[in-house]
Amino acid sequence: MVKVTIDGIEVEVEENTTILNAARRIGGDVVPPAMCYYSKLKGSGGKCRTCLVKVSQGSAKDPRPMPKLVASCSTMVQDGMVILNSTSPEVVDARKSVVEFLLINHPLDCPVCDQAGECDLQNLTYAHGLSKSRYEEERRTFEKIDIGEHIQLHMTRCILCYRCVYTADQITDKRVHGVLNRGDASEIGTYIKNVIENDFSGNVIDVCPVGALTDKTFRFKQRVWFSKPMDAHRNCSKCSGKVALWMKGNDILRVTGRKNSFGEVEEFICNECRFEKKKTEDWTIEGPRHISNHSVISQNHYENTFKAKLASRQPKEIYGNKDSAEK
Amino acid sequence: MKESSNLSFSEQSLQKVKEILSRYPQGKEKSALLPLLHMAEAEFGGWLSPEVMDYVATILNIQPIEVYEVATFYSMFNLKPTGKYVLEVCRTGPCCLRGAENLLDKIEEKLGIKVGETSADGLFTLKTVECLASCGTAPMMQVGDKYYENLNEENIETVLQSFRNN
Amino acid sequence: MGKKLLFKHIDVPGIKDFTVYRSKNGYEAVEKALKTMSPDEVQEEVKKSGLRGRGGAGFPAGMKWSFLDRKSDKPRYLVCNADESEPGTFKDRYLIEHIPHLLVEGMILSSYALGANTSYIYVRGEMKTPIKILENAISEAYANGFLGKNILGTSYSLDLYVQPGGGAYICGEETALLESLEGKRGNPRMKPPFPAISGLYGSPTVVNNVETISAVVPIINDGGDAYAQIGIGKSTGTKLISACGNINKPGVYEIELGLPVEEFIFSDEYCGGIWKNKRLKAVVPGGSSVPILPAELILKTLQGEPRLMSYESLSDGGFASGSMLGSGGFIVFDEDACIVRNTWNFSRFYHHESCGQCSPCREGTGWMEKVLHRIENGHGNERDIDLLVEVAKKIEGNTICPLGDAAAWPVASAIRHFREEFEWHIREPKESMKRNYGIREKSILGA
Repeated sequence: MVKVTIDGIEVEVEENTTILNAARRIGGDVVPPAMCYYSKLKGSGGKCRTCLVKVSQGSAKDPRPMPKLVASCSTMVQDGMVILNSTSPEVVDARKSVVEFLLINHPLDCPVCDQAGECDLQNLTYAHGLSKSRYEEERRTFEKIDIGEHIQLHMTRCILCYRCVYTADQITDKRVHGVLNRGDASEIGTYIKNVIENDFSGNVIDVCPVGALTDKTFRFKQRVWFSKPMDAHRNCSKCSGKVALWMKGNDILRVTGRKNSFGEVEEFICNECRFEKKKTEDWTIEGPRHISNHSVISQNHYENTFKAKLASRQPKEIYGNKDSAEK
Repeated sequence: MKESSNLSFSEQSLQKVKEILSRYPQGKEKSALLPLLHMAEAEFGGWLSPEVMDYVATILNIQPIEVYEVATFYSMFNLKPTGKYVLEVCRTGPCCLRGAENLLDKIEEKLGIKVGETSADGLFTLKTVECLASCGTAPMMQVGDKYYENLNEENIETVLQSFRNN
Repeated sequence: MGKKLLFKHIDVPGIKDFTVYRSKNGYEAVEKALKTMSPDEVQEEVKKSGLRGRGGAGFPAGMKWSFLDRKSDKPRYLVCNADESEPGTFKDRYLIEHIPHLLVEGMILSSYALGANTSYIYVRGEMKTPIKILENAISEAYANGFLGKNILGTSYSLDLYVQPGGGAYICGEETALLESLEGKRGNPRMKPPFPAISGLYGSPTVVNNVETISAVVPIINDGGDAYAQIGIGKSTGTKLISACGNINKPGVYEIELGLPVEEFIFSDEYCGGIWKNKRLKAVVPGGSSVPILPAELILKTLQGEPRLMSYESLSDGGFASGSMLGSGGFIVFDEDACIVRNTWNFSRFYHHESCGQCSPCREGTGWMEKVLHRIENGHGNERDIDLLVEVAKKIEGNTICPLGDAAAWPVASAIRHFREEFEWHIREPKESMKRNYGIREKSILGA
């Protein structure tokens, strides 16, 4: 076990833990936001640079600070390491610029985007972004394409986190999509027209931090914050069958994996559960799903922690995705 | 899975493929991807069609997308058919200091095409490329294996003519 | 005339061929090392020589070698970085084309020192002729018993292969190069782990530049101490400088480190002065990535000391008034060169070459290029200059690999030293479309 201090809070973690995961152990404001890292996907992380932190003391043995900010998702802790996240102006400033970079080619079409309300980029921008863009040049755009019967790829919104590629690599038997081209012309695609067809392909929707990969069975049906998330399960031969149902009255509008307070699914689910089981009789409903109030999803449903929170905290922090007030 | 095509390297090339594969440790044959793509491009008409890339994927026992990802990353591979001669004119700073921009204008004028286009007779495709490590003999262009160096608005005409005469 | 180590025999007719190279003491260093020295002793000579990485970073080569994980039971690899793509740099191509056996000999020595039995030379794919020349030299070396099993009857065996790239500047970054060598996209890896611990195929790996590896030959022939005698301070030995731009005699020159910059630019032995009898405006001394310096600061440091061609002297003053020796790509600008246009050009290069993996570089390089393009084309506005400085600052240090820094520095330094030229472009868009800004009269304008 090693001891590290993050924003003044000490935590003890196993060796070979990343700074980000050590911070997640503490929770709250000391957790750096992560747009590309996904704990269940090997090799993910390091790319978006939103989780940059300052290491003001390398270790007990070698207390020298690290010369540059480091990606907390891919930097291992050392015993005696001292890390600054939101307490470092340098980190806050760098994060602000990363948000600006991520947004310059993003269409900002939240009003017509299904992801709005549960979008990591939206939350990140509320928490760390500038209110106005200084970018006056042309933005890159792509045509929307269908990759498979139930999944739509809207590349213009993509922030190139590579999560969907790792997902296809690691939980499906054959990957047909990937990252094509390079630089800011990079895109997720299949190159030749191709469909992503396998039992677990739908998980790319759940791992997508933005609205680049969306569920066509849910398209424009309902704003997520007007739907009620319920934990439910069924006997499934392909996956655990443990899902979150997004309901309106007694209708199931959407089925997703159950996401934790860091926006990661607890378990990947199969396409049958996700796309085909849309009747309440398909499921055993366990009860309301506790959603962390990091997004506006929690705004309008029964667990109205929003107002209570509003009274005690600054709005920015309520929207911030580093807030992990999940019970 | 798509139907496998009838494409095949020549016997001689297949020998070469075997030799290339032997350069890497067992299980690391994907290392041969770039050398094989160069070979395939040369052998199958100067560009990489999806069929050609799928064939290379078969040889290396990898998914076609792994080939597409690589082929689209590197600037050398032609993903569309080209003219017989692909003129790759350096557009980077050191060449521009010695007149590359005027040279390019001159080539466009002479061939009647813009950068990225192929001439109507299918003879020339004009491309710009980044620094080819020939700044001391700038401006320059590459055509196939060969560097054409110390070009200017006069001698470029001779060079272009030599291609036409071939 | 300075001492020539790598170019000693470069003008000998036929030196490309094994027999001629051999007749000029070629491969004697291999004989000496394999027969009379242990691998550690070879490494020790390289350490003593003070040789620093010639690819651009200038990290001591012997120290880099000493980081190699020798306890690992995996095979070790030496990979030569011949992906020379830094604008202004053409020394490695020149060396391979003219005296390929020097690199092959250096590869054998270095592989022996590191305990590598398989080594690769990763050459830019575009360099088709150099690849053929190198492959030919390697097969000659095999045929003459300098490569393959039991070299010179010793227990040491080495296989050496040439690997072509596919056209990507980023593959000059060592971990991107390794990814590319593994047949993948050239995306730089997250570090740590460094290649010395986990490099090619997850094995301990050293990646060295062509010139660095070639320099091992004279170091073994004459001894590390003799090499360290050449040069100045911690800049030991000789360096290949590829000189280009607006000079009379562009080309590759081997200089003893410590040569005054002024002599290098104006002496007939080297650049031969500015072409067309024009005046010197600026120099980018170490490849497009390093900061540009105006004439007065490239010839003399801020303290008025003559600037020397060495790692220390060129970086004297930090980025405020200095630059870097870098890869030795020495780009000279005459009084008519447009700094704004060149900055845009370089910026376009980095935009084109960004791998796109991490957001600051992927988005920031394009942003800078677009703003510079506007300014150069008469559509700039007053806010743009500060915006560029800001964007460059936001990229610098926040990316996975040094390409972000390399993209930021040329923009930041051009604005630092030539701000008034940028302002003039914005203030006088019409005028700036007709003519170039010229030169500041306060400059020292060269001899």
